[in-house]
Order: sequence, then C-alpha cells, then structure tokens
Amino acid sequence: MRCIKGKRKRLILEGRSREKEKKDHLWRVANLWGGTRKMVLVLALGDLHVPHRAPDLPAKFKSMLVPGKIQHIICTGNLCIKEVHDYLKTLCPDLHIARGEYDEETRYPETKTLTIGQFKLGLCHGHQVIPWGDLDSLAMLQRQLDVDILVTGHTHQFTAYKHEGGVVINPGSATGAYSSITYDVNPSFVLMDIDGLRVVVYVYELIDGEVKVDKIDFKKTTTTTAH
Amino acid sequence: MVLERAEDEEKWLAEGIAAIQQNAFYMHRALDANNLREALKYSALMLSELRTSNLSPHKYYDLYMRAFGELRGLEMFFKDESRHGVSIVDLYELVQHAGNILPRLYLLCTVGSVYIKSKEAPAKDILKDLVEMCRGVQHPIRGLFLRSYLSQVSRDKLPDIGSEYEGDGDTVMDAVEFVLQNFTEMNKLWVRLQHQGPGRIREKREKERSELRDLVGKNLHVLSQIEGVDLEMYKETVLPGVLEQVVNCKDDLAQYYLMECLIQVFPDEYHLQTLEALLGSCSQLQPTVDVKMLLSQLMERLSNYAASSPDVLPEFLQVEAFAKLSSAIWKVVDAHAEMPVVGAISLYVSLLTFTLRVHPDRLDYVDQVLGACVNKLSGKPKLEDRRARKQIVALLSAPIEKYNDVVRALTLPNYPRVMEYLDSSTNKQMAMVIIQSIMKNNTCIKEADKVEVLFELIEGLVKDVDGIAVDELDEEDFNEEQNYVARLIHMPYNDDSEEMLKIMCAVQKHIMGGGPKRLPFTVPPLVFSALRLVRRLQSQDGEVVGEELPATPRKLFRLLSQIIEALSSVPSPELALRLYLQCAEAAGDCDLEPVAYEFFTQAFVLYEEEVADSKAQVTAIHLIIGSLQRMTVFGVENRDTLTHKATGYAAKLLKKPDQCRAVYACSHLFWVDDQKGIKDGERVLLCLKRALRIANAAQQMASVTRGSAGPVTLFVEILNKYLYLFEKGNPQITSSAIQSLVELIQNEMQSDSTTQDPASDTFFASTVRYIQYQKEKGGVMGEKYEPKKV
Repeated sequence: MRCIKGKRKRLILEGRSREKEKKDHLWRVANLWGGTRKMVLVLALGDLHVPHRAPDLPAKFKSMLVPGKIQHIICTGNLCIKEVHDYLKTLCPDLHIARGEYDEETRYPETKTLTIGQFKLGLCHGHQVIPWGDLDSLAMLQRQLDVDILVTGHTHQFTAYKHEGGVVINPGSATGAYSSITYDVNPSFVLMDIDGLRVVVYVYELIDGEVKVDKIDFKKTTTTTAH
Repeated sequence: MVLERAEDEEKWLAEGIAAIQQNAFYMHRALDANNLREALKYSALMLSELRTSNLSPHKYYDLYMRAFGELRGLEMFFKDESRHGVSIVDLYELVQHAGNILPRLYLLCTVGSVYIKSKEAPAKDILKDLVEMCRGVQHPIRGLFLRSYLSQVSRDKLPDIGSEYEGDGDTVMDAVEFVLQNFTEMNKLWVRLQHQGPGRIREKREKERSELRDLVGKNLHVLSQIEGVDLEMYKETVLPGVLEQVVNCKDDLAQYYLMECLIQVFPDEYHLQTLEALLGSCSQLQPTVDVKMLLSQLMERLSNYAASSPDVLPEFLQVEAFAKLSSAIWKVVDAHAEMPVVGAISLYVSLLTFTLRVHPDRLDYVDQVLGACVNKLSGKPKLEDRRARKQIVALLSAPIEKYNDVVRALTLPNYPRVMEYLDSSTNKQMAMVIIQSIMKNNTCIKEADKVEVLFELIEGLVKDVDGIAVDELDEEDFNEEQNYVARLIHMPYNDDSEEMLKIMCAVQKHIMGGGPKRLPFTVPPLVFSALRLVRRLQSQDGEVVGEELPATPRKLFRLLSQIIEALSSVPSPELALRLYLQCAEAAGDCDLEPVAYEFFTQAFVLYEEEVADSKAQVTAIHLIIGSLQRMTVFGVENRDTLTHKATGYAAKLLKKPDQCRAVYACSHLFWVDDQKGIKDGERVLLCLKRALRIANAAQQMASVTRGSAGPVTLFVEILNKYLYLFEKGNPQITSSAIQSLVELIQNEMQSDSTTQDPASDTFFASTVRYIQYQKEKGGVMGEKYEPKKV
C-alpha cells in the first residue's frame, strides 16, 4: 500500500500564476485536456457537521462550487441537516450520500456503489470500519464492495492511497469540523476528473484562509476490470 | 342633479369654444387687414367667454387654452408697430378701454408683455402695474387663470441676473417681489375657493381645488428658476415671503401642498441652511395637516443629499441638523398624541435613516431615536397593528444593515428595550434578522457580556415566552429557527480561554431553559465548542495541566457533563451517547483517566437502558468499539472492564450477522498497532473464533429456516480479518488456520445447499487475488504468504 500524500506534486496550470481565482479552476481543468471531450467531474465531500460542529461551508468554497459544472456528487455523510442536502442538490441533481452517525436523515444507506465511466466507486461513511481510518481495514471494504475507488470519511483528514486493488480516498471535512481523531482539521474537498481509464484527483484545502490545490493521478490497470 | 350639471357643463363648454372660435375668426380677419380697432373689438368679445362662472376648473382650462392660443397671434400683431401704427405706450392705454374687466386685463397683460420686450419702460414698473391691476378680478377660478396667464407671459421677461431686462434699477429683487406678490394673490384666491359657492359639496370643492393647485405651485417653481436667487436672497426674502403666506392662509389643503412644493422645488443646501425656519413653520400649520409626511419627505431629501457626496456632511454638522430635526419631531409627536403609533414610528424610521446616512458614527444619536420610540411605546400593550410592527422591524433592521455588525447594535442600550414591545412572532422575526446578519457578515462576537445581550435579544427563539407553547409552532419553521440558533452558537469566539469559558457559560445559561424540543438542536454545538476549547487548552499548556488556571480541561469536562445530562430530559439517548464518547476521547487525550472512564460509563449506561432499537444498537456498539480501540489512557484493569463489557454487548446483538461483525470488530480492541499498544494475540484469536462460531450458527439457522444456507459473506469477512491480523504479526494466527478457513469457504461455496451470491463470490475472489498479490510481492510479506495455497 503506497501513500501518495508525501509525494504530491504542486499543480502547474499551463504556466499561469496560482494567484488567479480558484473558481475558474474547474474550467481550466478542461483546458488541460484540450477542452473538447465531455467532462465528467465528480465532487467528493463530507463530514460537514452543520450545525453541530460548524455554521456553514467556508465562503471561499461556496463561491467555487457553482451549479451546473459538476456531474456527480458523492458525499460521505454527516451533513447533518436537510438544508445541507438541499444545497448539495442545487449543485448537482445526481447526489449520492452514505449515512453518517450524526445525520438527521436515517434512511441514507450504510454503503453505496455506483459506476461512472470506466470506474466503479464505493461510498461509505467509515465509522463502521474499525479501526477508524485504518487502510488495511478499508481495503477489506473495498474488496467486499468490489470497487476501483473507495470514498470514505469520518476521520476529517484528507488522504488518498493507491494500492493494488485501486484507490482509497478520504475527502476530509468540507467545513473543517472538530474531530476526536484528527487535530487541526483544515476544510477540504475532492474533485475527481474521470477520463477513460484515468482519474485525476484534485484536492482543495483551505489553509490559513487560502485555497490550495493539489492533484494526484491514477490510472486503472486492466486486470481489475476482469468482472 | 349632478349628472345634469355635468351634461350642462359639456354643453356650455362647447358653446364657449364655438364662440371663441367664431370671434377668433373675425379677429384674425381684422389682423390680416391690420385693423387694430376691429381686432381689439373681436378679441375682447372672444375673451368675454372666459367670464363664465359655469364651468368647473377642468373645463375652464380647456376654454382658457383656446383663448391662450389665439392671443399669441394677437401678441405678434401688437409687436409689429408698422402694422397698426400705434406706439406701445398708447396701445397700453388703448386696451384699457375694453368694456369688461377680464378681457381688459388679458389684453393688458398681452400688451404688457410686448411693452417689456420693447424696453421702452423698465420691466419692473410694468410688472408691478400688471400684478396690481389683476387685483380687479376676485373670482377664484377666473382670477387664478388670469394670474396664471400673467405668469406665463412674463416668465422670460423677468429682470434676472444675466437677462436682458436687468440693469438700471431693475434687479433680481424686483423679479422676486413680482413673483411673490403674484403667488400670494393666487394663493388667496385658491383658498377662497374652499369657502365659495353654495350647494357644492365639500369633496367636489376639494377636487376642484386640487385641479387648480399646480397653477399656484408654478410660482414657486418660477422662483426656484430665477438665477439670481442665491442662498442669501432665499433666506431673507423668498422663504419668509412664502412661509408667511402658507402659515397665514390657515388652509390645510394649501398648506400641505405648498410645503411639499417648497421642499421638492428648492435645492437641498437651501433647506439645510434654513432648517429652523422650515421646521418652525411646520409646527404652526393647521392640526389637520399631515406634518409627519412633510417631515419624512424633508428628511428623505436630506438623506439623499448626504448620500450624494461626503463633502456635504460637514454642512450638516455645522447647522446641527440632527438636533433641529429630532426636536421638531419630538414636538410633532407630542403635539399629536392621538396620532396612531404607526405614524410616529414611521417618523422615527425616517429620522433613523437620516441619522445613519449623515452621522453613522454617532451611536448616541441612533440611541436617542430608539429611546424616543421606547418612550412612545411605553405604557402601551404590545403592538397589534401589523403596519406598526413592520415599521418597528424596519427601525430595528436599519442599524444592523448599515453597520453590518450586530455587535454595534448590541451596544445601544435602547435597542433591546424596543424589542420588548414587539409581540412574540415579530420578536422572533427580528431575532432571525439579527442571526442572519451575523451569519452573513461572519461577525465575530468576542465578549461574554455582548453574548449575554445577544441571547437576551433572541430570547424568543431560545425559550418559550409569553406562554406560547412550542407545540403550536409549525414544525419546519421551528426546525429552521433552531438550526439557525445552533449555527449561531459557533460564532462567539475569543482567543483568550478565560473569556471563551465565560462566553460558553453565558450560552449554556440561556439554552438550558430551552425545553426538550430545543435541546437536541442547541446542546451539540455547545458541546463541540467546549471540546474545541479543551483542545486549545491542551496545546497551550503542553503537558502541564495546572489546577491554578481557572479555565482547565477538567472544569470544562464538568461543564460538559452537565450539558449532556440535560439531554436526558428530552430524551435523546443516541445523541447523548455519541456526545459522551466524544468527551471520553477528548478526556483520554488530556490524560484524565477517571474522567474518561466516567464518560464511558455514562455511554454504556445509556446503551444498556435507553438504546432499544436494534439498528441503533449496531451503530452505537460500533461507535463504542471504535472509540475504545483508539484510546490509550486506560490502565489494564479499567481497559479490561470496558472491553469485556463491549464484547459482551457485541455478542448480544439481536441479529446473528450483526453479532458476528461486532464481535470480530472487538478483536481490534486487543491488538493496537501502536508501539505502546496492547497486543494480546490470544484474545484476538478468541474473538475471531467466536465470530466464526456465530457465523456458523447463522448458516445453520438459515438452512433450517429457509432451506438453504445463507451466503458465505461473513466467512469471507472473517477471513480478511485473519489476514489483517496475520500481517500485523499476531503469532496466534497461523498459516494453517488461514488455510483451513480458505478451504472451508471454498467448500461452502461449492456446496449445493448454499445460496449463490455473486457479491460474496467476487469478495472471495478479490481476497484470493489479494493473497496472490501479497505472495508475489516478495520480501517479508511474500515469505509470510508463501505457505498459502489458494
């Protein structure tokens, strides 16, 4: 199991300065691949804990997340209230949520799988997988759900791990909510750009009032598509 | 009767117009023939039509316009001396021989206009003469139109600065005096209309008067257009002249209209400099005049003026605008004590808008206005009038919108007092406005006493007031309200821990009285706010948790215990359980073993006694196991007790699959991958074996009840756990154990009695693949896996 976190490369956007408005970033993502193909953007976020642990999404995030630019949203849970659900729905109608232990809505599923393009994605909040945040245990869940990309939360810490079976991503907490597991939580969310057998994972973190972006590339090996 | 009258009027108007046209025709013929005598004769005849008393102002206007048009031709004729051969001086004399006064005066004005243009005599003399002569017509409607005609023809001939008629003793003053005199006379006529004529009903009279008002108001317009009227002249001559007439005429219709005109027509700088005079007159107006509307208009104009450019603001200070306006308003409100509350409040709203524009930094002024409102409302019961309520919401929202900082509003002593007079639903509305402003502007509230004031302001949302039970409220609205309050609790913040603790105590005090419906919303944010503070304290004093500091984690945990305890009254056991676990973990991080143990105990008690729903139990037990697994603070004995309890509960879950999963989760309690972590291989194996037994039992139960054994998922899950702990180096987990488990699963899968389940098939396949992959990795892992044959 190899953790990419320590070796992230800084994002270079065609020589443009990184001081530019981050909200244009979504369009520049398209330009990186010539802009002619149809974009499949998947927003992964969760653990907002509104209103228990945070009043709202950070303003800088809100201004970046505009309706109509995202094709799918996968949410790890712990929204917690209907207002947040409605807000996410306005960003994109294709919304998938897994149940977190503080969610007001008890009918969200414990786990969910969906296929986007060539990738199978799995979604689970993560409090069900003990030890919390443990990679190998999460890998077991990934094998069980039989997915290429597993998205879980609960630890409020962004991580992205690559291993033989695929990728395990934790988008962290979109509001930077308190967590007993992680100290000094920075607000973060993940945007995945799925293109054929390749997915580029962009992580947006709000550090000291500035939005910082990093990216990680994954390519799917064909052996896992045996099923 | 009225209808007849109307029909008659139409008839008379038609007759009048016909007569005018006929006479005009002859007049034009005479003009073409340059026959002055004939022209004068027919024009006089034509103008005689205007002598009628039978028409309403509206119809009279039609008639007048016809005549006016024709007179233009006559004027051209008069101007051209070569055509009629009479000097203008003589002409001026000649037209005065006309038989009746009205035609005589119209002709005189026409000639006068030409006379002034000829400059053979000073403009001021002619104008004076004309304005005096018009006195001869005292009938209101006829007189008004005549003077209006005078005004129209003299308009461009006033001896204004820069005009060709200035000079040689003709000055702006003369122009002003002329217009003022015309205005005064016209107003007198206009007022007289109110009292004239028998058999006309009051509304009709007022309607007629309002049709005529523009004629009078035009004079003020003319005055404002005179270039030479500067501030000095306005102050000394124009304004006193106008105001004298306005006050003395003692007619409410005229007073209101003219004051309004005055305010609208003259520039704002002038008003500012003459505030005292204006306001003084306002207090002298008839009691039936709507003074507050006038004052509102004036303040609005001045507010806009202030907003137009910051350079003008010093002027306001210089003339002490606020003092003058506010005292005028207090006087008006006092004088009209019977005025409905909404009237007074809308005045206060206008004054407040003015104050916020002109003196935004003078919070004392803002407070004064609010204080006046409190005075007005005191002694009265809570407001019933919807419009009054709306006005008060506007009054209270204005400072918040202007400053974008609720904290400022909180410092105004009168602010909460005004809110007290609102009925509960408006009070709540206002509270929401306040909260929304805080959220929108990310207002940081730093002091505990401000937090106190804030929560007192929003009291209506935080607890039941006025005996209105919570049940009566609409559920969705209620939830929305409470969510707002919950989000609000995160906003007060201070870097200083002492102050932060005070803030939290203040919040706690207010929300504890909220009742069972509100507590589930308000308790969690407070709890997490406290936990954040604990963490801050942790990092601040490092390893030393000193007792001498007032704000300590220990103190906070005591507070937290109290707060979560309140949830038992709701009751909300699942939420309380989660909060206890959070506190336990936090206490563990602070190395407070007894505190952490106590929190765990509370959580267990809730699990035992209150969490009855089996699905809820599954989640709860996983949370307990997950928390416990991470904690390193417990000594051996305590940890044993807790893990024993947890495992016991896990095994007692209702459904077998749930039992199985919970039990193998417990295996992690005995193997923590830390250097100091517990690594009890035997107990791990015990758990796993127990899980296997349960899985077996589940299979058997399934074959008994459903005729075929259930899917082998559970076995595959347990296999994965074996692999996990095998990799971690648990000596009790041997390759052979894993081998046999793999074979067991393979057998089960091939057995006829097992339900085919593609999910478990793929799961097993990917597990097998994993084993393969680990083997091929080589190195330590590869060696471990070598013996496995799949």
